Amino acid sequence: MYELRKVDKKFPGVHALKAVDFKVNRGEIVGLVGENGAGKSTLMKVIYGAYQPDGGTVTIDGTAVRFQNPRQAMEHGIGMVFQEQSLITNLTVMENIFLGYEARFVKFGVIDWKAMAEAARKQLAKVKLDINPATVTSELSFAQRQLIELAKVLTLEERIDGDLVILLDEPTSVLAKEEVDLLFKLVRELTNRASFIFVSHRMDEVLDLSDRVYVMKDGEVVDVVDHDAAEVDAIQHKMVGRNVDKEYYREQKQQPYGNEVLVSFDAVSAGQRYKDISFDLHRGEVLCLVGTEGSGREAILRTVFGLQTPTSGRVTIKGQPVSSFNARSSVDLGVGYVPRERKVEGIVAGMNVYENMTLSQMHNYSTAGVLKTGAEKSLARSWIERLAIKTPNENKDCGGLSGGNQQKVVLAKWRSGGSDIILLDHPTRGLDIGAKEDVYEMIRAMCDDGAGIILVADTLEEAIGLSHTILVVKDGQFQKRFDGRPGDKPSLYDLVHHMI
Amino acid sequence: MADTMANAAPAARFLTRDRIIKWAPLLVLGVLILLFPFFEWLEDIRAGEAHAYLIDSRFFSIRNAARIGIAAAPALMVAIGVTFIIIMGSIDLSMEGTVSVCAVVFAFAFLAWGGTVLSWAWLAIPAAMLVGAAMGFINGLVHVKLKIPSFMASLAMGFVGTGLALLLTGGDRTRVEDPIFRSLLTERWFNFPVMVYVALAFLLIAWFIQSRTTLGRNFYAVGGGEELAHASGLNVERVRLMGFTLAGVFFAVGALLAVGRIGIAETATGNNFMFVSITAVVVGGTALWGGIGGVWNTLVGVLIVSVINNGMVVIGLPAYVQDAVLGILVILAVVLSTDRRSVSFVK
Repeated sequence: MYELRKVDKKFPGVHALKAVDFKVNRGEIVGLVGENGAGKSTLMKVIYGAYQPDGGTVTIDGTAVRFQNPRQAMEHGIGMVFQEQSLITNLTVMENIFLGYEARFVKFGVIDWKAMAEAARKQLAKVKLDINPATVTSELSFAQRQLIELAKVLTLEERIDGDLVILLDEPTSVLAKEEVDLLFKLVRELTNRASFIFVSHRMDEVLDLSDRVYVMKDGEVVDVVDHDAAEVDAIQHKMVGRNVDKEYYREQKQQPYGNEVLVSFDAVSAGQRYKDISFDLHRGEVLCLVGTEGSGREAILRTVFGLQTPTSGRVTIKGQPVSSFNARSSVDLGVGYVPRERKVEGIVAGMNVYENMTLSQMHNYSTAGVLKTGAEKSLARSWIERLAIKTPNENKDCGGLSGGNQQKVVLAKWRSGGSDIILLDHPTRGLDIGAKEDVYEMIRAMCDDGAGIILVADTLEEAIGLSHTILVVKDGQFQKRFDGRPGDKPSLYDLVHHMI
Repeated sequence: MADTMANAAPAARFLTRDRIIKWAPLLVLGVLILLFPFFEWLEDIRAGEAHAYLIDSRFFSIRNAARIGIAAAPALMVAIGVTFIIIMGSIDLSMEGTVSVCAVVFAFAFLAWGGTVLSWAWLAIPAAMLVGAAMGFINGLVHVKLKIPSFMASLAMGFVGTGLALLLTGGDRTRVEDPIFRSLLTERWFNFPVMVYVALAFLLIAWFIQSRTTLGRNFYAVGGGEELAHASGLNVERVRLMGFTLAGVFFAVGALLAVGRIGIAETATGNNFMFVSITAVVVGGTALWGGIGGVWNTLVGVLIVSVINNGMVVIGLPAYVQDAVLGILVILAVVLSTDRRSVSFVK
């Protein structure tokens, strides 16, 4: 009934969807899997009307449709249950359920709360949730909120004649096992009225629930598998099956790492984020944390940088036990952090190249608070040359540089200050191939200089190609450790197997 | 400003959006300076007393420029103080209270310690600046440590200051009649009174702080990206505290010039500084969300505000119209300088 044919979506520099065919039949549950960046989110957004496709057709029961916004999609029976909790937590349950659709309860400009509560109770009954609709949402558990999200989308049943298509984006990520079972039971029961599109990182859940599974990779649908024919292994191969080029990741430049331990974690936990993590980072080592989004790898990085205080365990940096966790003392110990969001945490747009480079080490370029601008500029000039940063001069606003060059400025900031523990969070995200190779070169060069690097890579190939050591994290715990000597690297499949 | 101009990369188009925004305040100032004599000229023609445009203008004269300078000098000090805060992405609304307290404390101390600059009474000047620094520091503490939004913390501190000034004075005026102190106004070099040069000296100090010190750099870093400043190991709380303290010092200097101008310290000394200084900063092109702008922008902004105030008096518009005109100017300045495509919601 709902069908996409040859749908294309392009963003500047990225071909996010390439001629995607996608179909949902009446009462069907369709799974959608793929790596980060494979195009799942873009596809979802096209389906629920947040993006308009650049090419191809969208049809419902054979009639072509084009949604300008999510509200129009909802009027055609397509609703989205968001992964990020989209409820407004300071409103009551019923206000959330009918947000934007209060009109039917309004008489002479006044909301009839009784009628709304009554209607809300009906919706809550559909998801088998027995709570007072006047409860403020912030008082509820995540599982309850997830069900309310579903109840909210199910109000489409009353508003729309005809069939519904409901998108579930990672609905299980915050749920416990029993809650997941409950949700799945509910979804199955609801198929008499609605079709579902189910997106999840948890492969077993997708296979368990879905009638058919679409596998995406690099913006394309690479396979469609029926429930009965689906096998976890085969699907995983399809998801990641790419060629790893040794040359590309500079494997021949990978040197064995030294003996000196830079960072040591001893049974460190941080609340719900990660548990019982132990590892050593040595001089010259690239240690890669591999896991899905939210598996805890970023939280571990943030602990090393002092932004996330652990609840138990011992962190030692260069032989000194870390007692107070803040960015300043980490920086003083030689830790440098290259964050994922360059615009937010990487460079200050509006400040120029040399100002950005000395931001973390101004005390080295000032006397009694007065800056030695000359020294700053000559430092910047030498690093511009050393890393081949493309900028007319050191006075140029960093916001105007390309992503790759901004990344080089961030790296120069830490390296020039003598940082030798470098944390890289998706350092190549959003960069083109040439700029990625530059980053790989820099990683090798930093190792040769005796720095230790903890990397959260953008793709698994990158992780395998670059690292000496790979630690697979799942649900906040280490699953497996791999040694990645050149020529003896673990395969993609080895990793994926432990990730999901 | 010449510095930043030299930095601009050679662009393909001469009139880029950024460049227009950058130079618009100066352009507005230039237009205003030519516009008021024109109105004046029209007026005189209508009255049958034609005069040569610009040459015989009452507005466009050294005398009037000195008058504008006198009006602008205290406002410039206060506006510079708040400029630093706005560059950090915060706001400080405590200026009226702080100025009043500093003025009153200065006058009391000055009279108590001798009543003339030649005695120990000169110490009243640094004392007033210390009081300003202390008030700014407390302001900053309330904002940073109690985690109260800066606009609320500073507004409340401003009320506290006004109340304190009233408590100290009991509503009375205190006259400061020492001729040496009053020479701020009475002594003129090249037609301009000393206070104008004092203000320019502090402008240069502020420029130095802004462009040549770690503190100034920190202001821009915090305003341009607080997360990032934090992730670069900056102590953001300390930067904010120092910013508010520094602003307090500049408010105190503004108070001293204000007392020097009229020779009276009272609770009402601080009146109207909030509107004038915030207007000046915004009209001068310093972005309210932080990271962009500087003290030269503020100089242009203060001059725009002062020229409008003065010009409207010269052409004979009533005072309430002047405030309305300035209010409209603020809205225009924000509308012109905001890239609304990048701002989805404003709280």
